[in-house]
Amino acid sequence: MVIKILGSGCANCKKLEANARQAAEEMGIKAEVVKVTDFKDILAYGVMKTPGLVVDEKVKVMGRVPSAEEIKKLL
Amino acid sequence: MIIFKWLNDEILKMTWLSDLVKLLVEKVFNLPTSERLGGSLQFFIYDTIKIFILLSVLIFLISYIQSYFPPERTKKLLGGIKGIRGNILGALLGTITPFCSCSSIPIFIGFTAAGLPLGITFSFLISSPLVDLASLLILMSFFGFKIAIAYVIVGLILAVIGGTIIDKLPLEGYIEGYVKEIDNVDAEILEMTRIDRIAYGKEQVNAIIKKVWLYVFIGVGIGALIHNWIPESFIENVIGSKNPFAVILATAVGIPMYADIFGTLPIAEALFGKGVGIGTVLSFMMAVTALSLPSIIMLSKVVKRKLLIIFVSIVSVGIVIIGYLFNAFSFLLI
Repeated sequence: MVIKILGSGCANCKKLEANARQAAEEMGIKAEVVKVTDFKDILAYGVMKTPGLVVDEKVKVMGRVPSAEEIKKLL
Repeated sequence: MIIFKWLNDEILKMTWLSDLVKLLVEKVFNLPTSERLGGSLQFFIYDTIKIFILLSVLIFLISYIQSYFPPERTKKLLGGIKGIRGNILGALLGTITPFCSCSSIPIFIGFTAAGLPLGITFSFLISSPLVDLASLLILMSFFGFKIAIAYVIVGLILAVIGGTIIDKLPLEGYIEGYVKEIDNVDAEILEMTRIDRIAYGKEQVNAIIKKVWLYVFIGVGIGALIHNWIPESFIENVIGSKNPFAVILATAVGIPMYADIFGTLPIAEALFGKGVGIGTVLSFMMAVTALSLPSIIMLSKVVKRKLLIIFVSIVSVGIVIIGYLFNAFSFLLI
């Protein structure tokens, strides 16, 4: 599974990354977490408000930081 | 009308809090509020508590409403609307779309890639930081509802006119080349549940308090200084009615400053209390919120210098004009 964190490196993006890693770990999923920081690549997902969470190339969350619990449900 | 006044006084102006703080300063600290030290202490405590209460409640409410209008949806809503109607809609959507200077680049690129005219994008970018529901309620609390409504209306007019001027000028070539190479992708708008929206509101309150608390303290500190320590004659001479360039000075000082409306209000309030014209005070606030060094640097990554200079000039001149108009017609508002 590939989890992508869309965001240019703001505090929220780091928080989202931490939450996503925690969620994957607690569920025992082997996930590769990739940070997407280039605006071009972020906009390729149609996301204009960061941070965004993409799981296996599907946009799951944009413009907010979901909790680890919420991410678990999305995975 | 009486009920409305009561609501405005007790809930927005929080006169109960002012009385409570006065009691605290006079009875507990034993400092009369009519004197300098007691007066500035009262101003500091009262304004700090009031701003943090307003900040928490308003940001929560506004974030809840804004969660219905992510920029991805705004982009779709604006698509296909041409001319001044597009500018008006862009300015209006700017007031309810969540915005921070950090998202101005993706919004600019996203709008441009979707084929929106430059003028409509700029109408949005002018109104978005300048006018929102929070600023309306907060201005009501500090300056009363007439001034608050007038501020919102002129802010929207500035956004519409500024965008229209940019639209009429041949500026399409002044967007950075790479922006035009990006394809438009419409993300599927992800519906949020009520629980999501409440969580989003709380998250925004936390994030914004973390971001602005220092500015609020600095703002209230400066406000308290102006309120009780800086002589009125000095303020009167520098930015009062005695200086015909007061509005220009207030705008020029405000432009590079990076703070949001919550940090600037105590300064604006204290200046207003010292008899500085309402137009001068509003120009200062508009300049601080609409333009800042970080947002100008952000925009310089997507537009070329000429367009950037035109944008900053239009907004600055607009703010100065608004300031003089408000000063000239202040008798209608106060």
